Amino acid sequence: MNPLERYAPLVDDEEAFFAACERPLPSVVRVNTIKTTPERAREALDEEGVGYEPAGWHDEILKLDGRSPGTTWPYFHGWLHGQEEVSALPALAVDPRPGEFVWDACAAPGSKTTQLAALMDDTGLLVGNDNNLGRLSALRHNAERLGVTNLAVTNQDARNFSLKPFGSDQFGGRESSELDGAAREAFDRALVDAPCSCEGTVRKNPDVLDQWTMDHVYSVAGIQKGVLRRAIQATKPGGTVVYSTCTFAPEENEAILSHALEEEDCRMVEFDSPLETVPGVTEWEGDEYHPDVTKAHRVYPHHNDTGGFFCAKLEVEA
Amino acid sequence: MSDEESGAGGESAEDPTNSGQQFDRLPATAADREVPGRATREEVVGWWEERFGIPPETFDGFTFWEKGKGKIWAFHGDTADPIRIEGLGMSFLRTRQEHWKPTTNAVQRFGREASKNVVELSGEAAKRFAAGEDQEVEWDGDWGYLVVAHELVGETEPMGVGLYLHGELRSTVPKGRQESLPVLD
Repeated sequence: MNPLERYAPLVDDEEAFFAACERPLPSVVRVNTIKTTPERAREALDEEGVGYEPAGWHDEILKLDGRSPGTTWPYFHGWLHGQEEVSALPALAVDPRPGEFVWDACAAPGSKTTQLAALMDDTGLLVGNDNNLGRLSALRHNAERLGVTNLAVTNQDARNFSLKPFGSDQFGGRESSELDGAAREAFDRALVDAPCSCEGTVRKNPDVLDQWTMDHVYSVAGIQKGVLRRAIQATKPGGTVVYSTCTFAPEENEAILSHALEEEDCRMVEFDSPLETVPGVTEWEGDEYHPDVTKAHRVYPHHNDTGGFFCAKLEVEA
Repeated sequence: MSDEESGAGGESAEDPTNSGQQFDRLPATAADREVPGRATREEVVGWWEERFGIPPETFDGFTFWEKGKGKIWAFHGDTADPIRIEGLGMSFLRTRQEHWKPTTNAVQRFGREASKNVVELSGEAAKRFAAGEDQEVEWDGDWGYLVVAHELVGETEPMGVGLYLHGELRSTVPKGRQESLPVLD
């Protein structure tokens, strides 16, 4: 059975949903504003005769006609980065400011990390963490190609991430006056783009459904809970934590948020999505979730002709 | 690797040395130098100015770090020193050899500010450089590492680092960055 069929009760138009999941995705790039502007990137593509269409909802996202972005001059210069359209959403929800201290807990291979760096004007301190050393080399390669210089790359298990390398014993464990000038206590913002069952990427990689099992869903859900809780603990009161996945499974989305809302001092906050979305669900296969998970955004492939996605924003409470 | 593991061996405090496990801040000047052979911030900024005419203020707000012998990283900000992590800012410059060598990524990021030792290629020559090929180039300036640039949408854009010797410009674009690109008019 196609695992996507379990989501038929959640979508408004089953037929359109399944049809969209079978269509391949266009080649999409994000303009890297650390090195250039959207205008110059478009001119450079014009100069080479590469056809493209602006995504419309965001100035920095372009859909290319057919061609792989890697074989263009603006790509060679690090002006462009291949990134699925919908995956530009979480960094916009994090909304980091220049100079802030920001954590990307599951950062590799770095599309969202480098987007966060650009939103920070490549200033402050962005920590890109991943537990997989091999994937970290992809993160470093991408970040350096795009000219990112505000990134610290760490290799820790995000579930018990420590700020010790950054000069702090533990979150909130010391008075700031005791810390040396360069040490930092807690993040201003964090992004948890969690490892997931990836159903939403089926248009890019149809094999994902062959490997799908309910056991895998439950096993990643355990990791997702641990990483999200750590991100909330590691973020200062009033700070922002964004949780995202590329899956439709409520077990990996609303259930994880409900768990965090019960266990940690945090609340869901609303945010505007520039893409058409539907609210998070509060009931699924006999389980009930926290009522505030409706503030999360579900993105279905047939609504914006993108991949599938889930994105939620939390505020840490004092 | 966890902190516990990497710190377990303990390091001799009496003989400061370079470590491949951590980033150490470059000393400000030679008078502050503790690790023999380590480049100073003054030398690094001075080298970019002397070699490429890049104004020193370009690097205001950056800190410089060594991890592994002679591998210098540029970080746009500040943090604890030393720091045992996998990456900090951008891999930027190789020192501790007779001729210092900037990285392709550093030249792409900072090379627009360069006003000397910049060789501009066009058409087929730019394409060959990006593909990693060596070629004969007419150049009556200094030998050694050059910023190699081309014109892209009306401005000079640095492509990477070339090594100019005996009439030949060698492309040092790393394999993973080499690309077969169209010839621009």
